[in-house]
Amino acid sequence: MNIKLLKILLLLCMTINAYAGVWNSPHDTKKVKTETLFSSFSLPPKRLDPVVSYSSNEWAIIGQIYEPPLQYNYLKRPYELEPLTLTKMPTISYLDKEGNRVDESSTEVVFSEYRLDLRKDVRYQDHPSFVKDSEGRLVYGVLTENELETIHSLDDLKKTATRLLVASDYAYAIKRMAVRQNHSPILDSMQEYIVGLEEFSKEISKIAKEKKKSEQTLDLCPYTISGVKVIDDHTLTIKIKGRYPQFLYWLSMNFFAPIPWEADLFYQQRGLIAKNLTLNWFPVGTGAYYLAENNPNKQMRLVVNPNYHSENYPTLSKEESERSNVPKELLKDAGKKLPFIKEIIYSLEKENIPLWNKFLQGYYDASGISSEAFDQAVQITSTGNMGLSDEMQEKGIELKGSVQPSSFYLAFNMVDPVVGGYSESAKKLRQAISIVQNQEEYISIFTNERGIAAQGPIPPGIFGHEKGKEGTDSVIYDWVEGKRVRKSLVVAKKLLAEAGYPNGVSEKTGNPLKLYYDTTATGPDDRSLMDWRRKQFDKLGIQLVIRATDYNRFQDKVRKGKAQLFSWGWNADYPDPENFLFLLYGGNAAVNTNGAGINSSNYQNPEFDRLFDEIKTMKNSPLRMKKIKEMVEIAREDTPWIWGIHPKSLALSHKWYTNVLPHAMANNTLKYKRIDAKLRAQKQQEWNQPVLWPLFLLALFMISMSYPLYRAYQSRQRAVIKGDN
Amino acid sequence: MFAYIVRRILYAIPILIGVNLITFILFFMVNSPDDMARAQLGAKQVTPELIQSWKEDKGYDKPLFINSEAGGVSTVTNTLFVQESLKLFSFNFGFSDANRDIGSDIKERMVPSLAIALPTFMIALITNISLALLLVLFRGSALDTSMMIIAVMIMSVSGLFYIIAGQVLFSKIWHWVPISGYESGWSGIKFIILPVMIGVFAGIGSGVRWYRSIFLEQINQDYVRTARAKGLSELRVLFGHVLRNGMLPILTGVVVVIPTLFMGSLIMESFFGIPGLGSYTIDAINSQDFAIVKAMVFLGSVLYIVGLILTDISYTLFDPRVKLS
Repeated sequence: MNIKLLKILLLLCMTINAYAGVWNSPHDTKKVKTETLFSSFSLPPKRLDPVVSYSSNEWAIIGQIYEPPLQYNYLKRPYELEPLTLTKMPTISYLDKEGNRVDESSTEVVFSEYRLDLRKDVRYQDHPSFVKDSEGRLVYGVLTENELETIHSLDDLKKTATRLLVASDYAYAIKRMAVRQNHSPILDSMQEYIVGLEEFSKEISKIAKEKKKSEQTLDLCPYTISGVKVIDDHTLTIKIKGRYPQFLYWLSMNFFAPIPWEADLFYQQRGLIAKNLTLNWFPVGTGAYYLAENNPNKQMRLVVNPNYHSENYPTLSKEESERSNVPKELLKDAGKKLPFIKEIIYSLEKENIPLWNKFLQGYYDASGISSEAFDQAVQITSTGNMGLSDEMQEKGIELKGSVQPSSFYLAFNMVDPVVGGYSESAKKLRQAISIVQNQEEYISIFTNERGIAAQGPIPPGIFGHEKGKEGTDSVIYDWVEGKRVRKSLVVAKKLLAEAGYPNGVSEKTGNPLKLYYDTTATGPDDRSLMDWRRKQFDKLGIQLVIRATDYNRFQDKVRKGKAQLFSWGWNADYPDPENFLFLLYGGNAAVNTNGAGINSSNYQNPEFDRLFDEIKTMKNSPLRMKKIKEMVEIAREDTPWIWGIHPKSLALSHKWYTNVLPHAMANNTLKYKRIDAKLRAQKQQEWNQPVLWPLFLLALFMISMSYPLYRAYQSRQRAVIKGDN
Repeated sequence: MFAYIVRRILYAIPILIGVNLITFILFFMVNSPDDMARAQLGAKQVTPELIQSWKEDKGYDKPLFINSEAGGVSTVTNTLFVQESLKLFSFNFGFSDANRDIGSDIKERMVPSLAIALPTFMIALITNISLALLLVLFRGSALDTSMMIIAVMIMSVSGLFYIIAGQVLFSKIWHWVPISGYESGWSGIKFIILPVMIGVFAGIGSGVRWYRSIFLEQINQDYVRTARAKGLSELRVLFGHVLRNGMLPILTGVVVVIPTLFMGSLIMESFFGIPGLGSYTIDAINSQDFAIVKAMVFLGSVLYIVGLILTDISYTLFDPRVKLS
């Protein structure tokens, strides 16, 4: 009987196996066979409003939906801007005080005017907010209580429509930025540049406050900013105070993406807000994709925008592709219509282990490399080169790496009485400490070689960064036989003695030098890092006291200039040296700006500041390079930071996911990528066949146990009857 | 009984005010409104003006408990504590600091939490009781001893180990179920199997030991002897009499847990990518979203109080001697 049962079980398992294919697929099997990208997010975005969002996880989504006027060329290196919704790059005119045009080099330049000429074929995604009745009124502009009762998602609004992008949509976005209640992080910095924005912001914020009180919607269309002019439906000018060449980079960011007034008013309806249907969560853009599903607790789904304007995969000349070092396979699609991928599904994955295993099973198309998975994924050769492990190579996985335009450093508080100041002895103390911080060892131990030791504030890939001997910090390193060699401990000790601390003991007080390092690294995993930090200072006989604190207190101390030593970092907003050098500009010192300044080490050198004022409005040129070099040399000499690392990002992708090229600046890169769905489905089948023998074993165990248990029960029953319990 | 329930509900009001007060004090001891603004607005370009506008918009510009600038009753009522607490008592949780309606989010997240917690609870209850009765049946035998040793071993291992081991074994090596994920409806069953199985297994050690001790207390009672004397089989004695009489202590521990099932499990939901309520509070604490923290603490307290009232009521159902007055 048991053999018969076993046969039935075997047949059942075989049947299930034959029909179900793989059992462990987390995705819809139909979608796996289409050009759908499966990706993940670990932290749900807090908001998807282009004037507010400022985090990489938010930009990764809205970058595909909204279209600012400019974008970065996907393939060209160094990074280069190109028109996105414009017919050509903005034309810049220079004006004097009276508004007359003057030459760019003129000393009378008071304003710069950016003229934006829009393409005439850019349309928004289909959306209910655009639907109008025969008399031109918005159908869903004012929803009644009865209508609202039946609306739980945007899909419940059956009608949708689209319209052309017009210049006033960009003006509307800038006006939205000006409304204080929208909390745009760049409003205060843009007020310094866009003419009339500050006055407009004050006025409109008052109006917004009143409207909110009286529960009225705020239509920004009737209001105007003096420096932002809509010439016609396809032309816009933005007037900037003085020269500000970096403004072009801002024009490639989502803050300047167009907002249709219909959508803004539609989403201001209180009934929709109560259902979490807001512009913050359901964007309306002209981009290659639209957000078809937004459940930040589970899944977000982008679907190709059927109204997307014509755009082709970039074409590079031979010279450009050689200069940019672009692999040949990335040029195959040159001139082809974008986008290639039809749908993108982001699923919430909070933990690294399931994420990594799903990637290995082929259920995610790409993955980062967490520290837990590093040894499984990557092997480092004897020459120090990084390559894929054999297991990854067998699966056809590809590794892409690039140095990020970021700087992580250990800052000295320059207003601190011990480590701060600009005297010779203070400089020598900081230089001595810098020499003994073995960043190469740090990179090897704590980052798995994912970074390069910094020589200054400017990371690779940004104008002003230099390689080789020219790019070496001669205060910390010697250039020996074509290589950087960190100066010896003897040199550091000599500097320390000259600073007044021979062997780490103060000449003045006779006490050992004790320094304080503030950190938020309080977990058990951080202990080894803190031990390593102490060890570096111990080389000089300096006692390092670790002051672990929570992030709020830490930030507070840094803002008030009360921390002595601390680690900090910066990711580039745009690829310009100004975006890094301003971290050392005296005018941005935290203590001088009530904690708002970005210069958290409070460094202030008049010569450095003077040069910064010059280079910040200059175009890239040999003269600018010369001045930047001077600034970096000044900073190296003063040593307000211990140059830390420029991190390297590593990403893995399956071989069916192609056209993948890391781009640290662009956010709208999904439209260039491709998926070979057939190969993916085949590999998923191959890698995930269910293993059935444990099921048979389990069934066998249960069957074999049932009889002894039955006998044991009978014997127990007999014992009870005998009164032997 | 009605009067008793009303009285218990009235007792709950000062408890909830107290819980809310403690939540306010503890939260604002660690986070200032400025810190909260920074956490919401990001690390870059956060100016004092931006922080001030955020505080005004969210109402965090008001004093916490005493508004000395407002005269009369407003000194107390025009404060953050009173304004926010009053809304809670009408179950209006308001909007999170990221501008999402908290009530809608709770409703949405409660379903996935329940989808895991309810089957885990039910299957675990049935399995643990059945196994405990089986061990009581074979009490003193090698089976009983070895099962007790296994139960202690199961209890001694961290739940996290079972999660990771389960994911590796059943999904990565044997490819039976997805490693993580969630779908609503019938198509979502494949995602639920593994977390439920792990949840049941992880609780088996403590559950079986506890129920076994309850049933062992009953097994030598006079009514059991009488039942046997009437010629009832051991299975009928155990399931018909011992189980029923052992229900009272079981109810004490079980009914109180039922309402809190809505709150989900943090680790389980994190590892299996289940969009439930388990991680909602922790995520809110990490992002310093006070609106969510106070709503979840309040909801947790309400559910716990409901659980206690339900326990009292259930006593009367299983033991006629107990009367609520």
